[in-house]
Amino acid sequence: MTMQTLEITPEIVQRHNLTLDEYGEIKKILGREPNVTELGIFSVMWSEHCSYKNSKRVLALLPKEGKRMLVKAGEENAGVVDIGDDLVVVFKIESHNHPSAVEPFQGAATGVGGILRDIFTMGARPILSMNSLRFGKLESPLTRRLFSGVVSGIGFYGNCIGVPTIGGEVYFDESYEGNPLVNALALGIAHRREIVKAKARGTGNPVFYVGAATGRDGMGGASFASKDLSEESEKDRPAVQVGDPFLEKLLLEAVLELLKSGCVVAIQDMGAAGLTCSTCETASRGGMGIEIDTAKVPQRETGMVPYEIMLSESQERMLVILEKGREAEAKRIFDKWDLHAEEIGFVTNDGLMRVKQNGAAVAEIPAKSLADDAPVYVREEREPGHLRKLQNFDPKSLGDPGDLNAALLKLLDSPSIASKEWVYEQYDHTVRTNTVVLPGSDASVIRLKGTKKYLAVSVDGNSTYCYLDPYEGGKIAVAESARNAACSGAEPLSITNCLNFGNPMKPEIFWQFRKCVEGMRDACLAFGTPVSGGNVSFYNESPKGAIDPTPTIGMVGLIEGCEPVTSFFKKEGDAVILLGETREELGGSEFLKVIFGVKAGLPPRLDLTQAKKLNDLLAALAKKGLLQSAHDCSEGGLAVALAESCILNKGMEMGVTIDTALELSPAGFLFGESQSRVVVSVDPKSLEEAARTVESFSYPYRVIGKVGGKELRVNDLIRVPVEVLAHTWRNAIRRRME
Amino acid sequence: MKFGVVVFPGSNCDHDCYHVLKHVLGQETEFVWHKDTGVEKFDCLVLPGGFSYGDYLRTGAIARFSPVMEAVVRHAEKGKLVIGICNGFQILLEAGLLPGAMLRNDSLHFVCKYVRVRVENSDTPFTGGVSRGEVLKIPVAHGEGNYYADARTLEDLNREKRVLLRYCDGKGRVTPEANPNGSCENIAGICSQERNVFGLMPHPERCSEKELGSEDGLKIFKSIIG
Repeated sequence: MTMQTLEITPEIVQRHNLTLDEYGEIKKILGREPNVTELGIFSVMWSEHCSYKNSKRVLALLPKEGKRMLVKAGEENAGVVDIGDDLVVVFKIESHNHPSAVEPFQGAATGVGGILRDIFTMGARPILSMNSLRFGKLESPLTRRLFSGVVSGIGFYGNCIGVPTIGGEVYFDESYEGNPLVNALALGIAHRREIVKAKARGTGNPVFYVGAATGRDGMGGASFASKDLSEESEKDRPAVQVGDPFLEKLLLEAVLELLKSGCVVAIQDMGAAGLTCSTCETASRGGMGIEIDTAKVPQRETGMVPYEIMLSESQERMLVILEKGREAEAKRIFDKWDLHAEEIGFVTNDGLMRVKQNGAAVAEIPAKSLADDAPVYVREEREPGHLRKLQNFDPKSLGDPGDLNAALLKLLDSPSIASKEWVYEQYDHTVRTNTVVLPGSDASVIRLKGTKKYLAVSVDGNSTYCYLDPYEGGKIAVAESARNAACSGAEPLSITNCLNFGNPMKPEIFWQFRKCVEGMRDACLAFGTPVSGGNVSFYNESPKGAIDPTPTIGMVGLIEGCEPVTSFFKKEGDAVILLGETREELGGSEFLKVIFGVKAGLPPRLDLTQAKKLNDLLAALAKKGLLQSAHDCSEGGLAVALAESCILNKGMEMGVTIDTALELSPAGFLFGESQSRVVVSVDPKSLEEAARTVESFSYPYRVIGKVGGKELRVNDLIRVPVEVLAHTWRNAIRRRME
Repeated sequence: MKFGVVVFPGSNCDHDCYHVLKHVLGQETEFVWHKDTGVEKFDCLVLPGGFSYGDYLRTGAIARFSPVMEAVVRHAEKGKLVIGICNGFQILLEAGLLPGAMLRNDSLHFVCKYVRVRVENSDTPFTGGVSRGEVLKIPVAHGEGNYYADARTLEDLNREKRVLLRYCDGKGRVTPEANPNGSCENIAGICSQERNVFGLMPHPERCSEKELGSEDGLKIFKSIIG
């Protein structure tokens, strides 16, 4: 019996992660029993990873409209945002969590490769990468292996392809033990007219396969990413792909050259679900059909059957549909870049995805039913039973934190807050000579050569807040990323998001998911920053349970008409102003986690009106050139923000003396994480004008001290030499890793 | 002067070198595709950084067999200028235009950061505009920049004053702490006996505009232009 004639049993259906109801639906669509190749095709296209079947209804809550949005979320491989002067930004963030848990180096590397392909297949040249990484406690050897492997993998790919990795975030928390998160963001730039869409058209236009040959690596990766991780997952290792950044560099250059030539009708990366996804999605978007012959697909292993060829997730492959008659022109470009390209099929007008093997039909499925008609579920949801109790926890019940200087140093030494120099020094962050604000500031900033524009990009998300209050946490994730962009003088434009959660079949997880998205929606509406795209990663569970809910937000902001502002103090004698109000808000803080080992309490409340006002205020201050520095207060509160402003500029560290009325508990004042607060420094000569500007926005502020000296001094609470702060903060990760 | 920036498959600092030479310094500059061999019109060839041929086998090991490399050798033999930056330096070593070899960084990690280098000899076409002992602030970005040469070669290099740059601290002291990769004697850049071929690991093209945090790279390019 061959694969094609294999009888489909309920066990086979189940092995494909499809329910019997879904199988019934497939039979209805086809009007017959599917063969196993067709079943495989349905199983990857209807996996959560490709179809968003469990998340679609909730994602619909997110705002996608905006005057700058040229391509909306979900329409194409990445969103497109207008930044004026005929320029557009194409950006997206995507998860590669499950592969990285099993094979950290290749998992992370191919995550970078995949997101870069999404950008350049739209006609934009990638100009930066960033990432958000989450691991278990760094004390665990498993975490150190994963962390080290992921960082090397990201560097391996990004450094070779020559796209600078300009920053990101790394957090360590026990909920990620065994289930790390690797979210990779890429951003490209293009002229407006250069943007191409992945829409098939023109019956008879040839379909080309370009790039690496197909192997058995990454078999069914999309369905692998839609299961919980277990000890069995080790056996899934063949589902992790292997990356070749050199080949992708050739693809990148060739594709951009090809697109400029105008002979391309549509182009799509073969990412998740490989050849299957790229063929049926391009066909479905264009309302067309597509026919391919798997025998014509370049293969690097012998004896591969159509089922394997259609489901393989081998890396660095593209599907390119050309204008008929212009094949030779395209071939010259492929040859120039030493790329292998094969004509494997053509566009049809019958709406079918038809797969043949040496001319004999092996699959025939309406393309639209694969790409758009996956079942959509509304999952049951329930607030976790223990949540109220956790929220009602009173941090004051923990008693005296003891020596506050020691507490500050312990926070600076905790890997989530400590300098990430050990990480970003392994990434080439200066190639392309656009990086004007090096990693370590609130947002990374790049210049756009030939213009007076800069882009500020930040990646944020506080999962502890989301665990304790997903609605507020979702809001704060967006607000913090907007605030970080605003601190560098940027107007926040649009977000991309990566939503990392546990198993959505569990009502508590689905409740967290909905609440987070609702929070994000409200914040996006308040800031006028629509969602340009992103992805959902469910099933982030290890045998120990689900990860804390982790929406990762990538924010793009535009700086125009002023120089970018950085986070560190510049000059002795500058006045230090705290923008925003500090309340007794220690719930969910890093202070509680690091000093008391407690993850509880009500996280800080965020007032969206105030948050928006703060962003506008920062933009006004930056435009007037009044800001010497601006640094957001986040994890670790005011004390950590002040310390960082003292020590961020390596070799040019400087102290500060703070003297201000104390109306809260010392710990609440120093380490509480009240939102919408920014520490800015201004030249004493412009203090008056700065104060007038803040008052014109009716935003609360206080002049709290003066830059200078060799110590960080806060009232009579904190007094630590800057050198000690810098040494502790800078070496915390290095000393644990070496 | 007329500059040619060689583009190998996998070069990724080609555009950065082109940008500085053409737009910042206003020099006549063209890209040279690695399959081309006509380089007669250029005064100075630049082998840029990147991962030529993916750095498979060994850094620079495949690129040296590119058609253009024969032309680069002929160009050098005529006494014309060649500067190899990062991967370009590695290719010059593989091609035998400069002595020694590159090992993996002693940390076994890729390293990208600003370092300081001390100019050891200002009597070359690449350092003529800089004073001996001057400290330059310049970024590195490499995984294999650990320069190695045997004792005899090092002796020759020193005697002939062919070590042009050494990693140092902010005060110009050549210390082990200032060495980002484990290079022999903190060597960051060397030149040929005839002083017309220069290889260096740091990236002068990444620090030739004030906005990028340092303009010290211009001192090297301006020396070349004279």
